[in-house]
Amino acid sequence: MQDEPTPTELIKAVADFLRTEITPQIKGHNAFKLRVGINALDLVTRQLTLAEESDAAEAGRLKQLLGADGSLVELNRALSEKIAKGEVDLQTPGLAEHLWQTTMDKLAVDQPNYGSYRRELGKK
Amino acid sequence: MIEDQLGRCVASWYRGATGVTGAAKLSGGASQETWTFDIVHPDGNIGAILRRAPPGYGASPGRAAGLDAEATLMQLAYDAGLPSPRVMHVLTPADELGTGFIMQRIEGETIARKILRDEQFAAARPILARQLGRVIAGIHSLPAEKLPKLREMSATKEIADLEREYRSFGWPRPVFELALRWLRARDPGPSKEVTLVHGDFRHGNLIIGPDGVRAVLDWELAHFGDPMEDLGWICVNSWRFGEIDKPVGGFGAREDLFAGYEETGRKVDADRVMFWEVMGTLRWGIMCCGMMQRFRKGPDHSMERAMIGRRSSETEIDLLRLLAPRVG
Repeated sequence: MQDEPTPTELIKAVADFLRTEITPQIKGHNAFKLRVGINALDLVTRQLTLAEESDAAEAGRLKQLLGADGSLVELNRALSEKIAKGEVDLQTPGLAEHLWQTTMDKLAVDQPNYGSYRRELGKK
Repeated sequence: MIEDQLGRCVASWYRGATGVTGAAKLSGGASQETWTFDIVHPDGNIGAILRRAPPGYGASPGRAAGLDAEATLMQLAYDAGLPSPRVMHVLTPADELGTGFIMQRIEGETIARKILRDEQFAAARPILARQLGRVIAGIHSLPAEKLPKLREMSATKEIADLEREYRSFGWPRPVFELALRWLRARDPGPSKEVTLVHGDFRHGNLIIGPDGVRAVLDWELAHFGDPMEDLGWICVNSWRFGEIDKPVGGFGAREDLFAGYEETGRKVDADRVMFWEVMGTLRWGIMCCGMMQRFRKGPDHSMERAMIGRRSSETEIDLLRLLAPRVG
């Protein structure tokens, strides 16, 4: 049991400080790099908040699709091999839905402002 | 110090030049650099660009055409009336600047977000797709007998290359597997016509002014292959920067691109273009993963590279939109 505040709270505090206090003082290429750095911190915050639940759901879907158990990487490797061999494809019940849900969950962490993601969110 | 070397170099072929000023590095890693500078001349300074591999970095890696080939291609494009900087000088050993060339500097914008949003490009945006179609057709029509030696690429070979690179990462990605499978099943086979292909015709490599396209840059990935590849690559969603309903670079329609291309008498094969759009989307996704690999293995331990690794999921959603669109 670790002490508080949590990693999420700490990272968010650092990102907010860089965004509001430091950004106005930085010019040129370093301003660009600072923005990239803040984006990275925001991404990590989203991952810490969202990944546990989406990883568990992904693992559940994979186990059902494959009828096998294992770590997320092992399950993804097994699915990848089946797709490569043509043993499963877009006609396989559940595959398209699984890939869509997994990808949507990734974008929610990686790039929630990405145009195609926003469009697909609106569709659902 | 590069100004002294450049000054001596320029004086040897530019009549009346007395030196150079304002040299600044624009971009580049260890093996390839781009510099901007002004040639000092009594009649007024002349803007120039140096593109070079510094001394000790002669050979170009992997797929690169090589700087000599790039210089030849840009000069051919210029001679054919295509938007291209004039090549002023190809470096010689006596210049002691490495290998590469010096070209005329062309003013304009390469940053996609500005081209897609700024008021000064408002008049250019609606005409760009058609214009670029004409330019791509011009590239595909450059005189074969004058072209330098370049690698030849086919769809089959490109799929195999992408697959090898993807597998080398050892990180399973079911959506990429699906795309590889899709591409193999629809491999159109050798192109009836093999032409020069620019290979990286997209935002960042195009100088745009309020009047439209002014220059095509970065011929590093030029090769011989299926001309439809260039048309597919510029339609990849990764270059639309949020304007996802305008497939051509976020500013235009495929119909306009194709119409510009066909104005010259050349023909578009829309199915092949779509095939190359899928290939290009996967290619960019694998390139993003490659950036992450280089970040992890060093020596470039930069945040930018690390974060580009996280953009591969953008190509996964784009691949799903292309291969398994959701209805409704």
